Amino acid sequence: MPDSHSPGLRLEAATPLFSGPNWDYGALRRVYDAVERIALEEIGLDVYPVQIEVITSEQMLDAYASVGLPLMYRHWSFGKRFAYHETLYRKGLQGLAYEIVINSNPCICYIMEENSMTMQTLVVAHAAFGHNHFFKNNYLFRQWTDAHGILDYLSFARDYVQKCEERHGVDAVERVLDAAHALKDHGVNRYAHRTKPNLAEERRRAEEWRAHAEATYNDLWRTVPGAGKDREDPDAAEARFQEIKRELGLPEENLLYLIEKRAPRLEDWQRELVRIVRLISQYFYPQKQTQMMNEGCATFVHYEIMRRLHDKGMITEGSMLEFLHSHSSVVFQPDFDDPRFGGFNPYALGFAMMSDIRRICEEPTDEDREWFPEIAGSGDGYGVLRHAWANYRDESFILQYLSPEMIRRFRLFHVSDDSTKPALRVEAIHDEVGYRKIRSGLSRQYDLSRREPDIQVVDVDLTGDRCLILAHYVHNGVLLEEKSCRAVIRHAATLWGYSVKLLEIDSATDKTLKTYEVAPPG
Amino acid sequence: MNIVDRRPNPKGKSLSNRQRFLGRARAEVKSAVQEALRKRKVADVDHGEKVAIPTRGIAEPIFHHSRRTGRTEHVVPGNKEYVKGDEIPRPTGGQGRGGSQGSPDGSGEDAFEFTLSKEEFLDMFFEDLELPDLVKKSLKETFAVDLQRAGYTVTGSPANLSVRRTMRNSMARRISLRRPKPWELEALREAIAGARARGAEDEAERLRRELDRLEHRSKIIPFIDPLDVRYNRFDRVPRPNTEAVMFCLMDVSGSMTEAMKDLAKRFFMLLHVFLIRRYRHVDIVFIRHTSTAEEVDEETFFYSRETGGTVVSTALEKMLEIARARYPTDRWNIYAAQASDGDNYGADSGRCVTLLGSEVLPLCQYFAYVEVGDGMGGSLTGLSRDSDLWRAYSEVAPAHPHFVMRRVNDPSQIFSVFHELFAKGGTRA
Repeated sequence: MPDSHSPGLRLEAATPLFSGPNWDYGALRRVYDAVERIALEEIGLDVYPVQIEVITSEQMLDAYASVGLPLMYRHWSFGKRFAYHETLYRKGLQGLAYEIVINSNPCICYIMEENSMTMQTLVVAHAAFGHNHFFKNNYLFRQWTDAHGILDYLSFARDYVQKCEERHGVDAVERVLDAAHALKDHGVNRYAHRTKPNLAEERRRAEEWRAHAEATYNDLWRTVPGAGKDREDPDAAEARFQEIKRELGLPEENLLYLIEKRAPRLEDWQRELVRIVRLISQYFYPQKQTQMMNEGCATFVHYEIMRRLHDKGMITEGSMLEFLHSHSSVVFQPDFDDPRFGGFNPYALGFAMMSDIRRICEEPTDEDREWFPEIAGSGDGYGVLRHAWANYRDESFILQYLSPEMIRRFRLFHVSDDSTKPALRVEAIHDEVGYRKIRSGLSRQYDLSRREPDIQVVDVDLTGDRCLILAHYVHNGVLLEEKSCRAVIRHAATLWGYSVKLLEIDSATDKTLKTYEVAPPG
Repeated sequence: MNIVDRRPNPKGKSLSNRQRFLGRARAEVKSAVQEALRKRKVADVDHGEKVAIPTRGIAEPIFHHSRRTGRTEHVVPGNKEYVKGDEIPRPTGGQGRGGSQGSPDGSGEDAFEFTLSKEEFLDMFFEDLELPDLVKKSLKETFAVDLQRAGYTVTGSPANLSVRRTMRNSMARRISLRRPKPWELEALREAIAGARARGAEDEAERLRRELDRLEHRSKIIPFIDPLDVRYNRFDRVPRPNTEAVMFCLMDVSGSMTEAMKDLAKRFFMLLHVFLIRRYRHVDIVFIRHTSTAEEVDEETFFYSRETGGTVVSTALEKMLEIARARYPTDRWNIYAAQASDGDNYGADSGRCVTLLGSEVLPLCQYFAYVEVGDGMGGSLTGLSRDSDLWRAYSEVAPAHPHFVMRRVNDPSQIFSVFHELFAKGGTRA
């Protein structure tokens, strides 16, 4: 595609922005300004203000350990993750990421001091503009996460957990956090029926509530006899239970929400801990659903920007080669029979799809015109991409935009695996009859609601033993892995305080295939 | 855009998480450490260790689908020869599956591998070891005293003056008795001067009387009154006597092969590291002997090469001599560890038994004898022949529960023998 920049720009920046591998603050700032001009004026990105923070490799490992967040409460599992990454890194099995970017406003990009100046340029383009644009514009992030409040909330969470540890002991806090972590994938709202959490508000609420409880604490209340539940007549009690059940809003798929609100035996601080885990889990939910698009967007943006910088003579040939080397290893996709294969590389698939969309817009073939009549040949590749970045997630994006050209290029094929049969079966390959099947198959593979088990709270035995009943809706006969399932239910029972039962129910026939029941510890 | 340099931020942010993790995995790490020790060279005793621990205690379970049930579908890249309808034998590993990235949270892994720092490693290893009977029973009520803070007192030596507490009392008293503040007096003086300058003598006179009154008042209410003074008070708390000395006796005679000497040195090296890590005040005396015994420094003990004949009793005599001269039993807990191949000059073994039974052992809290073998003796002959010294010492052993004998034939046994010798709570046989 011919570049649309004016000749004036070319003259203005005839000299490279930097030379040599070492970076300094002046060069970083010059690069940022140049990248910003391209990103905003030529690609039309819309970003949060940026804060770049330079960190060491150890700090990068720290950030890895606390799931990429700059502040985190203390928990042994983060220590475990740190030890794990540290070992890999020290052995040289794993390089560290060049950057980490936080979905916050201002958008914080961590860049490593070891990076060469070329890599810093790449990182600025990738994180500070690519990811940043995606965070600010994608509908899932807009709907679910509060970029303004996240850092404040994390600092509140850290302090709160620490206070709880001081008051109730590390072990007690750890028990609750362990249990909540086990359920954190089931602590998200998948549909927007509640308002987006305002994290600053959230933090104020928790603090006020605690202060109020402390200020008004009166030991006398403990001695006042209860409302006399025993004297209620059975009918009224039954009606009341029905009422409560309705209030519970069962079935409920957000297990942590239900536990936080309704678990009979949790203390208030324990509820708050569950809430912290739940809100942080919710914060990550959009990232899980858009990983491929997010990386694809960032990779596409950095590629475009680097190319344009090079065209304008703002980076040297050497830098460009260094960049291309790094870029091509980032977007490398091993084949399924390659020992390095570990599923799809989100960078590779994302970048390829983004580039493909631009190709469809600008140089369509007849096939493209047939498959994508509304965008083929429209000429505005960036515009179509911006629209896609804003309005799709991985699953819907693939369903909408995966072209036959891409399927051929990756030589995708579709296999079905029936555990009752000895061999896998190839259902479709990259041919005329297979395209649609592969496209919908790949899209399903990115559908979080299919990837994660479908587990819901279906009933609570309020009149009897207060047993919490969960159901796993089994699709295509895929059951839960038994050992971990039992362990998770044990954690759930810790929080619930009474027995927890899990039924594996075949979603097609409604038959119960398997039952687990775990009594609470102690 | 804002650039912030975070590099100077404090390091080790994840340290507390790491400690929690280690605490959590303590049992597993500990057995892994033991396992690692079996394979390890003692020369490396001062290094960290890579340990792999099973994921049981540190698993973070989540609900996930079992891979062996039901029907699933996968789309994967890199088709080379398949066409629709082909059958592929089921791969054994996780191959051909999308999604799994082998994350640390995945349940597929069998062991979790990471590196312990040197400190962590040694702490783990020495955790349940101790010098037995460190405190002599008869010495429990001895002279050593510790000073312990015990609030404040109104009498004491000037060195113990508690300035803060004194000034607090003084200030309270000055406020309650309304002692005039210096700046009030100063203001008054200025006002008088001002009045004089204006020629208002009546006013000046009135102010002067007021000033006199206040100055008098500040004289009779002193800034610091003896009543205010407080001293730090200390209680004397008797402290059990824990002074200890370890005698390391090593045979370096010609009958010891290089391998045996190496074993003995390794044993003492471990002992050395253990003592300096765990006890702040332990004297270590190194004695090596051939046909004569001499006291040497650490460096010589571990690194010099010397050979000669073997007279074991000389080492015991040397030890007795040093103990009598420098470590009177009423003040010191005495320990000894002896390493030898068990060969001794003919008649000397009898003398060793006498010395040991009647003089050395009564002196000691604990005496460990380690006999080093060449690594083949036992396995070749089937039954290992007891050495002179072993047989001789065996006579003494039954009468003295604090005398322990062990054999080491192979470097891999050192750690376990060491562990047995110094295990806490008398698991020693």
